[in-house]
Amino acid sequence: MKLALRRKPKTVSDDTVEAAEPGWGAPPVIARADRFSLQDLLVEASFGIGAKPSRLIMTTLGTVLGIASLVVTIGFAQTAAGQIANQFDAVAATQVLVVPAEASSGGGETVRAGVLPWDAPERVERLAGVERAGLLAEVDLKEAPVTSVPVNDPSAPALFSPAVVAASADLLAAVRGDVVTGRNFDAGHDARGDRVVVLGARAAEQLGINRVDSQPSIFIGETSYTVIGIVDGVERRSDLLDSVIMPMGTARNDFAVGAPSELHVQIDTGAGTLVSRQAPIALSPNAPENFTVTAPSGKSDLQDDIQADVNIVFLILGGIALLAGGLGIANVTMLSVMERIGEIGLRRALGATRRDIGLQFMVESVVIGLLGGLIGSALGVFAVVIVSVAQGWTPILDPWLAIGCALLGAVVGLAAGALPARRASNIEPITALRGS
Amino acid sequence: MTRPPVVELVDVTRSFPGPPEVQALKSINLRIESGDYLSIVGPSGSGKSTMLNLLGLLDRPSVGEYFLDGASTGSLDEEQRAALRGGKIGFVFQAFHLMPHRTVLDNVLLATLYSGVPRAERESRARAAIDRVGLSHRVDFTPGTLSGGERQRVAVARAVVGSPELLLADEPTGNLDATTSGEVMDLFEELNADGLSLVIITHDRAVAERAERSIRITDGRLLELA
Repeated sequence: MKLALRRKPKTVSDDTVEAAEPGWGAPPVIARADRFSLQDLLVEASFGIGAKPSRLIMTTLGTVLGIASLVVTIGFAQTAAGQIANQFDAVAATQVLVVPAEASSGGGETVRAGVLPWDAPERVERLAGVERAGLLAEVDLKEAPVTSVPVNDPSAPALFSPAVVAASADLLAAVRGDVVTGRNFDAGHDARGDRVVVLGARAAEQLGINRVDSQPSIFIGETSYTVIGIVDGVERRSDLLDSVIMPMGTARNDFAVGAPSELHVQIDTGAGTLVSRQAPIALSPNAPENFTVTAPSGKSDLQDDIQADVNIVFLILGGIALLAGGLGIANVTMLSVMERIGEIGLRRALGATRRDIGLQFMVESVVIGLLGGLIGSALGVFAVVIVSVAQGWTPILDPWLAIGCALLGAVVGLAAGALPARRASNIEPITALRGS
Repeated sequence: MTRPPVVELVDVTRSFPGPPEVQALKSINLRIESGDYLSIVGPSGSGKSTMLNLLGLLDRPSVGEYFLDGASTGSLDEEQRAALRGGKIGFVFQAFHLMPHRTVLDNVLLATLYSGVPRAERESRARAAIDRVGLSHRVDFTPGTLSGGERQRVAVARAVVGSPELLLADEPTGNLDATTSGEVMDLFEELNADGLSLVIITHDRAVAERAERSIRITDGRLLELA
């Protein structure tokens, strides 16, 4: 503090000197660095805090609990959201389905408003985020039976015959089909219209076919088709397990399939929003509205939803714990002010201003809050990591969360210290000094 | 060139607003020259506390002027008064008011925090002050391990470390036995002999009588004893 004030002593009586020597009478000029600097403040505050370690622990406990519960709550919400999104990814979050939109034709009937082009897979595969795509079409057999042996027996009971669908070469991969025996047909079979089929696992069982190395055939009506593979899995279209799947080209040649009915697209994680917006335009630039797209919501949407659900209750609990922590700090700091009345009076007598005193108690309470915040934050992070490891999850924690929560502890300390600091700065020195 | 008096009170009245209004000090005039050794006695409630508050710049007169070391203090703001208090006045109290968890050195250093002793000189001056009161062998002790007399010596060291002009001692021997009291008073008198102005407020007639000047406060009025 710089006291520029230098005044001559006033003459009060005849024998008082007219002008004093420099230095007499003038308030001392003190360099800022020499009088209760920040360093001094921190040292004094740390002694105040460290004087009673057991009490310090009790004081910080509330803040520790409050901050820890906040970190744990938000940390688990983030971790759980990541975890749930991961599980979704495996099946649903990477799958997009495009079908022609349906329009009402009046009379309660609907018709397809658009037509999926035959080259739809090539069109969408160019989009960012698309792994592979495949077309699917239903084949109208016109009541031709599907059998493994062509027997024309009018007296035989009507057998259930498996459905027949047509698919482009990549479809089975796009719907996660696993070829368990033989192979899948390829683009060549498709282009040539070869009479080959792949059987769904249950359809193969029904038809009595369990191996393909002997090139078994099935008959649709009276036409024979070579079975080249049996497929299982197909998580996205499990009805295909009961179907006979033939190349699209073959179906167009033999059964005059008019148009594909579904486009299945396998996408990268998180590309759902993008692909669902771009795919209709790629398919029909003039009339993208003619397609209906079913896509997973973006990963971030999902996370936000889950986070919002999990957070609200626990955030309230954490807030209550934090409030209790703040009241604890306020209470103990007030107690400390009352106990240290003598010290406060002494400091005032030694030249401390009210502000110096208030600041010291303020800093003490902020440091206690910060301490609680740091410990609570660390405990919270540990809890999230340990539980995640135990559950086999990936712990996901925003580093700013931990830092922010530690600082929140300091803010709680600041708020809690305001009243005690005010009380301390208003203590009358002599009353305090003579009282004890 | 003569020095101005360390303390000059001119027609100082301190009244506390009522109702009823109480005049703790009534139109007091007092001069304390540099190097004076003064005791102030008086019964409880006579205005001794108010006197101490005023002299120590912890309170302001309602009426009148207080010149400390020749300068008027009436127009100073709180910060300036605090700086003046830290730099020119040392306090010694009956209850010592040492911080129990900190060493003798730390307790003495406390006074240098607020009085503007240059940081580099703080420790050497504190050690010199401790040496001056004869406690250099106790520098790293905490007050709890010291005797009453030693504690009061620490408090004296703390009061003089900032090189004050005026030492205000409020019942400095009130918690001490006769022998120790005598030792502490000897210390005060040594400091006084070195040129420090000394004001001792006391109940103890033996203590008061050692001073060169003695003043009695009764009912807010001063009476200089012969």
